[in-house]
Amino acid sequence: MKSEVKARPVSRSRGRRLGAFVFLSPGVVYLTVLLLVPLALVLSNTVFRRGRFGGVVYEFTVENFERLADPLYLGVVANSVKIAAITTLIALLIGYPTAYLIAQLPGKWKTVALVAIVLPFWTNFIIRVYAWIILLSGPGLINSVLGTKLELLYNQGTIVTGLLYSYLPLMVLPLYAAIERLDPQLREASANLGASAFTTFRKVTLPLTVPGVMTGCLFVFVPSFGNFVIPEILGGSKSIMVGNLIRDQFLKARDWPFGSTLALAIIAVLVLLLLVQAWVTRRA
Amino acid sequence: MSRIRFTRRLPAAVAVAGLALAVSACGGESSTSSAGTAPAAADQLKPNADLSQQTLQITVWDGYTPEELPAKVKEKLKVKDMKVALHDTNEIAMTKLTAPGDSGIDVAFVSGQYAQALNEQGLLEPIHPELIPNLANLYPEATQLSYDKGNKYSVPYTWGTTGICYRSDLVKTPPTSWNDLLKPPAWADKKVTMMTTERWLALPALKALGYSVNTDKDEEIAKAKELLLAQKPHLLGYDDVTFGDKLVSGESMMAEAWDGWCPTTDAKGNIKFAVPKEGSDLWVDTMVIMKSSKNKEAAHALINYILSPEIHSWAAENINYKVPNKAAMEQVKIAKGSLLGIKPAELLNGESIVDLGEASVKYTRLSTEVTAQS
Repeated sequence: MKSEVKARPVSRSRGRRLGAFVFLSPGVVYLTVLLLVPLALVLSNTVFRRGRFGGVVYEFTVENFERLADPLYLGVVANSVKIAAITTLIALLIGYPTAYLIAQLPGKWKTVALVAIVLPFWTNFIIRVYAWIILLSGPGLINSVLGTKLELLYNQGTIVTGLLYSYLPLMVLPLYAAIERLDPQLREASANLGASAFTTFRKVTLPLTVPGVMTGCLFVFVPSFGNFVIPEILGGSKSIMVGNLIRDQFLKARDWPFGSTLALAIIAVLVLLLLVQAWVTRRA
Repeated sequence: MSRIRFTRRLPAAVAVAGLALAVSACGGESSTSSAGTAPAAADQLKPNADLSQQTLQITVWDGYTPEELPAKVKEKLKVKDMKVALHDTNEIAMTKLTAPGDSGIDVAFVSGQYAQALNEQGLLEPIHPELIPNLANLYPEATQLSYDKGNKYSVPYTWGTTGICYRSDLVKTPPTSWNDLLKPPAWADKKVTMMTTERWLALPALKALGYSVNTDKDEEIAKAKELLLAQKPHLLGYDDVTFGDKLVSGESMMAEAWDGWCPTTDAKGNIKFAVPKEGSDLWVDTMVIMKSSKNKEAAHALINYILSPEIHSWAAENINYKVPNKAAMEQVKIAKGSLLGIKPAELLNGESIVDLGEASVKYTRLSTEVTAQS
């Protein structure tokens, strides 16, 4: 008996370990092969020289990092941050009321509204972006309906428009999840205690949905920051973002080491943002 | 056809960039030696070698040779087997061909300046003209290409130039000079596109200033940059891929364009192409035989077969690029408005873009500086 009692927890923990191993291994293999190994390759590229025809020459150098400090490239990074930040801010201003309204809808309409939000994702990204050209171009729909000759395309405004259009759902969904979870009694209590609707929003609703706000902002900022398709299609390549710069290093300039260094810099910025998000979420 | 044109100049294209990034990243371990080695000496080849003992592996742009080529080659040349690998860009081909060890590739299709660079590294087998009687089909001009005079290590497959593609019904006067693009007249303001693929972004400015497209002089590149920056506010945008669509839709009036990409055969017939008076470039896509090939006789036989009029004319008819093959071009039915009619002598006025080695970084920087300027 004694031995059986002793043996049981051991075998259970062993079983648990086996279970953990079986269930974790696909994920671990996936992450290792598709994330860690490529990441290590990119990281290793950053300290070597470029090959004349692309590829990497294995001579140690820090010049890739020195180039990173060049005002030319810092300017491109700053421009990307600016465009992504503006996009994120507008997405938040539009997304929050949208999510709030959807959360107040009766059950059936909630589903309809959420499906409507996700619906654009059923069409290919490039096609949706390209459709804006048909709308906004010189001989396009808007100009021909209005009978005007407005120059609406190929500027930073259209880049922001395209990014906003593409990534707004990624703002609405986490916000909806956060607002939906709020206990309505909290707001009632606040009202009972004499707070105005605005004060209730400011002191109860908003602080409690800050994690959703952070997640939404991150979801919009990250793909906007690294985007290179929209600046090219809707921006006419007249202003470039860091994504274009990285793409060009690999596909035009044959400079893999510098492209990798730029990619690393982006990863560093994004990790920093994730840390901020985690910190804010924990505090909230 | 458009698909083919699209893939050929993929460095300029957007679409599958993500995939290419992944490919590039995975290829990270292949190193390329930048040390210049001397061109290789010719091997002794047997004119009567038994081709049925040889197999062929080629690498080429997608859609750039007829699909049935391997079957035909097996039947006509009696080689044991022929396999076709594809590359999206010159860069990817170079990665394959310069990787350490035997690439297993016998014949590669790359652009002229890349053939030049491969030869400088001693990676190419010199062409044995006695094994390629069909070289006689080439235009005399096609043996005088500046990266390889006399076709010592490469055989030209297609060629073309860069110019101004424009809407003849929208422009007030047809463009004749690069300055029509660089300083567009008021009626064309913001109706002009330029290419950003580095060497071609600089080309109009360098030519307008009377410089070589292959210049590596900092002060000349700086002058070109000034012109390009002054031009920027007057552009509709930069476009390497869809400039033809923008012309067709009427979004733009003039575009810097490769001849094969200018949609002059559009049904309305109002799109025209002009090579500016200051001159332009001449690009050539070539066939080369790798030094490492163990099937050099079959490789020569293949090139000889491709130079036959019935195979070579396929390229002109199906990918709409001019081929440097007189006998083949005489067979091609040239559609109305088609640019296939540009004469070799006119093409030869163009300056071949050659590989600039380390100086190519200057053009990368130029294109970043111009496009990043707001």
